[in-house]
Amino acid sequence: MALEKNLTPEDSHERVRRQTAVYVYEAPVRLWHWITAFGVLTLVITGFLIGRPPPSVSGEAIDHYLMGYIRFAHFAAAYVVTLAFIGRIYWAFVGNHHSRELFLVPIHRKRWWGELWHEIRWYLFLERTPRKYIGHNPLGQLIMFGVFVVGMVFMIITGFALYSEGTGVGSWQDQLFGWVIPLFGQSQDVHTWHRLGMWFMVIFVLTHVYVAVREDIMSRQSMTSTMLSGWRLFKDDRPD
Amino acid sequence: MSNTETFYQVMRRQGITRRSFMKYCSLTAAALGLGPAYALQIAHAMETKQRTPVIWLNGLECTCCSESFIRSAHPLVKDVVLSMISLDYNELLMASAGHQAQAALEASMENHWGQYILAVEGNPPLNEDGMFCISGGKPFVEKLKKSAEGAKAVIAWGSCASWGCVQAARPNPTQAVPIDKVITDKPVIKVPGCPPIAEVMTGVITYMLTFDRIPELDRQRRPKMFYSQRIHDKCYRRAHFDAGQFVERWDDDNARKGYCLYKVGCKGPTTYNACSTVRWNEGISFPIQSGHGCIGCSEDGFWDHGSFYDRLTNVNLFGIEKNADRVGMAAAGVVGTAIAAHAAVSAIKQTTQRKKKEAEQERNS
Ligand code: HEM
Ligand code: SF4
Repeated sequence: MALEKNLTPEDSHERVRRQTAVYVYEAPVRLWHWITAFGVLTLVITGFLIGRPPPSVSGEAIDHYLMGYIRFAHFAAAYVVTLAFIGRIYWAFVGNHHSRELFLVPIHRKRWWGELWHEIRWYLFLERTPRKYIGHNPLGQLIMFGVFVVGMVFMIITGFALYSEGTGVGSWQDQLFGWVIPLFGQSQDVHTWHRLGMWFMVIFVLTHVYVAVREDIMSRQSMTSTMLSGWRLFKDDRPD
Repeated sequence: MSNTETFYQVMRRQGITRRSFMKYCSLTAAALGLGPAYALQIAHAMETKQRTPVIWLNGLECTCCSESFIRSAHPLVKDVVLSMISLDYNELLMASAGHQAQAALEASMENHWGQYILAVEGNPPLNEDGMFCISGGKPFVEKLKKSAEGAKAVIAWGSCASWGCVQAARPNPTQAVPIDKVITDKPVIKVPGCPPIAEVMTGVITYMLTFDRIPELDRQRRPKMFYSQRIHDKCYRRAHFDAGQFVERWDDDNARKGYCLYKVGCKGPTTYNACSTVRWNEGISFPIQSGHGCIGCSEDGFWDHGSFYDRLTNVNLFGIEKNADRVGMAAAGVVGTAIAAHAAVSAIKQTTQRKKKEAEQERNS
């Protein structure tokens, strides 16, 4: 959201947007962001190789464990990312109000829609000047939820369903996620969808990184450094 | 046939010694994954219980299930099972035909209403009121429904009855459906495979006869004792998989060395069956052992997943048939291009705006 909630309507625009720095991302959120970033990178690389393994190694089988390590790295990263994601959901309850932006898209607010429209026009080069936002801009927020959160949940559910095939009937993974396999048809279908999900995440990452870099350069607030320090810096003190 | 005979009596009548009988019981217990104590329980059941009538129907199918069944490996099994159950109706094995056979079916259903096991090989096509499969002058689906009504339990033999198999593959012109789409009020036990392994078939029947209940089933209603693990979990080439040693092409040295068939499309990692443990033809071999990947014949819709020789199989979305990487790379390519174009326009905009600002500042100063 563009506005701090606790400010009175009259002075809010002026005061907030004149500030040059606002603390947005608390430490756990930043930590989660980077754990997830490296985790997903690992998952994409190892996942790609699970479906298309590297060229065969030579020698005796007992001397190698290449696929084993690739799969182990995938599963280890999967657990880290999943636990971090659960931690992130917890933080949405106890953290500052920006920490909820990822999960709650305020589609019931008129102002949000107005800003969304503005943001779409800005990305279509129809607006000359961008607006200032403390948290996510509405378009960013929508994509964060609709692509990232939904994508992650999908990958975690299909991933653990595949994992349950290894841990076996009756394991907790099977009890929690085993139903996914007949839902998709059979195991091979879950593999295919999990792999499509990887490409979905790759596309998200491409867009996410591009937009962050572009906003850093072209918008009126900091992006990348905010995810490192937590502070949103504004480049000018014009309101709005 | 008399119904008062027990299994054991039948076996003795057939000249099977008690020693062989006990051997059979322990083998069966082992095959079912039960402890040694169960061998006695099986023996006891066989000595005291009456034979259970089985009605075996054939719908749209190729008879590979029957062919597999009668080749059950342990020499006793086929004799025993065939005498153990009172196979009242089976088009492949029965001597009678035509009206006689029809009469046998009706008599058996009448005499054992609510008692018999219905074993179904193949499936009913529903299109054109079921006219694509006529049995006894009527659509097979009618015979199936009628026989199911009086059945104690229903076994779906093979992938046809369980999932639909080849006749239900896209575009499924006859609208063949798995039998549990038609039989909805009875427990249907699915024993998929094209065909299922003989010992798995006899194992399931033996379990049901001795314990008088259906075996424990998984979510897809397959007996857990034979279908709870993938071929890949027990494959003897698994060490090569974990090591990263694959057959890259059918004629390469790795194929001769017996490396893992994953890259040439082995479906072992996604196929639930007992081939890698029970094996085929008296335990001689199974597809992977003879050098060919698993084609996943016991899995739902295995005909509709693209080539048997590709690891990444096709997605069928909105009429596109491409594997996940083709779809994903195409989408990523489009987005990547869009990003590049957007970045270029952004750069131009940024520069022109800066120039304008500079010009303004110059004018002001
Ligand atoms: C952003 C997150 C993730 C990405 C991009 C990803 C990517 C992939 C890809 C591309 C594959 C190969 C699919 C194939 O070709 O068959 C794969 C396999 C797999 N993934 Fe993930 N994955 C993610 C998250 C997870 C999670 C959270 C789990 C949970 C444990 C998981 C468990 C698995 C398993 C068990 C396999 C199958 C391994 C095998 O067949 O040997 N993944 N993943
Ligand atoms: S040959 Fe098939 S089942 Fe065996 S280890 Fe390789 S992929 Fe798995």
